[in-house]
Amino acid sequence: MPRVVLEALMSAETELFDLELKVLLEAVYLRYHYDFRHYAVSSLRRRMRHAMGRYGMERLSDLQHRVIHDPAFFAEAMQYFTVQVSEMFRDPGYFAALREHAIPVLKTYPSIKVWIAGCSTGEEVWSMAILLEEEGLLDRAVIYATDINPAALEAAESGVFPLDRMALFSRNYQAAGGRRSLSEYFTTGYGGAVFDRRLKKQVVFADHSLATDAVFSEVHLVSCRNVLIYFNRELQDRAVGLFHDSLVRRGFLGLGAKESLQFGAHAADFEACAPHERLYRRTAS
Amino acid sequence: MTLPFPQAVVIGASAGGVQALRDVLGCFPATFPAPVLVVQHIPRDRPSGIPALLDGSCALPVAEAQDKEPLCGGVVLFAPPDYHLLVEDRTTVSLSRDEPVLYSRPAIDPLFESAAEVFGEGLLAILLTGASSDGSAGVAAVRREGGIVWIQDPDEAVAPIMPASAIAHAGADAIVTLGDLCRRLGTLAP
Repeated sequence: MPRVVLEALMSAETELFDLELKVLLEAVYLRYHYDFRHYAVSSLRRRMRHAMGRYGMERLSDLQHRVIHDPAFFAEAMQYFTVQVSEMFRDPGYFAALREHAIPVLKTYPSIKVWIAGCSTGEEVWSMAILLEEEGLLDRAVIYATDINPAALEAAESGVFPLDRMALFSRNYQAAGGRRSLSEYFTTGYGGAVFDRRLKKQVVFADHSLATDAVFSEVHLVSCRNVLIYFNRELQDRAVGLFHDSLVRRGFLGLGAKESLQFGAHAADFEACAPHERLYRRTAS
Repeated sequence: MTLPFPQAVVIGASAGGVQALRDVLGCFPATFPAPVLVVQHIPRDRPSGIPALLDGSCALPVAEAQDKEPLCGGVVLFAPPDYHLLVEDRTTVSLSRDEPVLYSRPAIDPLFESAAEVFGEGLLAILLTGASSDGSAGVAAVRREGGIVWIQDPDEAVAPIMPASAIAHAGADAIVTLGDLCRRLGTLAP
């Protein structure tokens, strides 16, 4: 392939924006120990511009000023640093692949641990709990549901989702090979669908950062979907390294539909198990 | 007219776009040295099939982008269903599930804006037929950063709203028919 050699210059405006972004992320890290410094910059730029629009700010340094002087404001602005969009049983083929490939292996262990990394508002956590319940595994499982955003974790733990999303969640659930009707798992109340508390008795919700924290347990399955896309390659390598170190020999790693280990440092540490569904297994070595 | 060779090309299309893209991508020579990134509006909930469909009508390899895929000259990458396609830096693409733009994910604005920020005056942006106003903010960003914008003539477009909206919002360096576009691609100086 021919290589493009011309030297391009960003506009001065973009260069200044990036400079301010760097300063902002450094300030957030120093002040609050949230480390966004290795997040993918293209998406972060967009979200910061949205935040500036939302708060009527001319410059990113205005946002920085408020963030470092006002912790309550930072808590609110967190939604612009992290992306909170999820669905129950999103990409149903992934959950079908878990049933087909991972569950039979997990059943051979007396007890299992599952790590949902970057669980956001919990849709994946409750989906996983339902899947394990239907496979007779929930009672001997521990699910670690981790995220850096306290508000998201709180929402995840509440297990309350908007009623108007249930039609979509039900379709996904059926497409994922659900054995019942999704409505058997929730009641309506608090203005939403309230999922059965029994499903979360084996779930541990915890604050954990893939950017700064270490491995905390040995697990049999890591599910981390559509989280790595928000990281740059360096941070992706760190996160996948954590997953590798956390997984038992031949343990499973599930990623998002368009995420791949192919471009990272740990490509050789995993083998594709259901390649199209991004289900991998830790290699034996 | 001789233009400097772009370091990257971004293309946005919506309603009527598949046929227009077949024509436009068919004009790129096999030796085209810059990467080509495409957003065609597609439904979020099923595989698009479009890259496979267009692969045969284009001299360059056509594929759906994966997250953090290296950006190579002479390769056409499409945004996958339900993800925005972004230019991360001069050698890498990123995907994101940030909010839909004007109900679309993928959307044209995020691609054009992120590419404009990275490639500045080295970018060529092409906006084709469509019935949305996605792309208007992206075209404005490309022009603001010094890149070149060609927009399909709304009179020729199957759906004129998208090109007309971008022209009204941000203007263009050229308003072109698909035939003009092919000729212009041939005038780029290596």
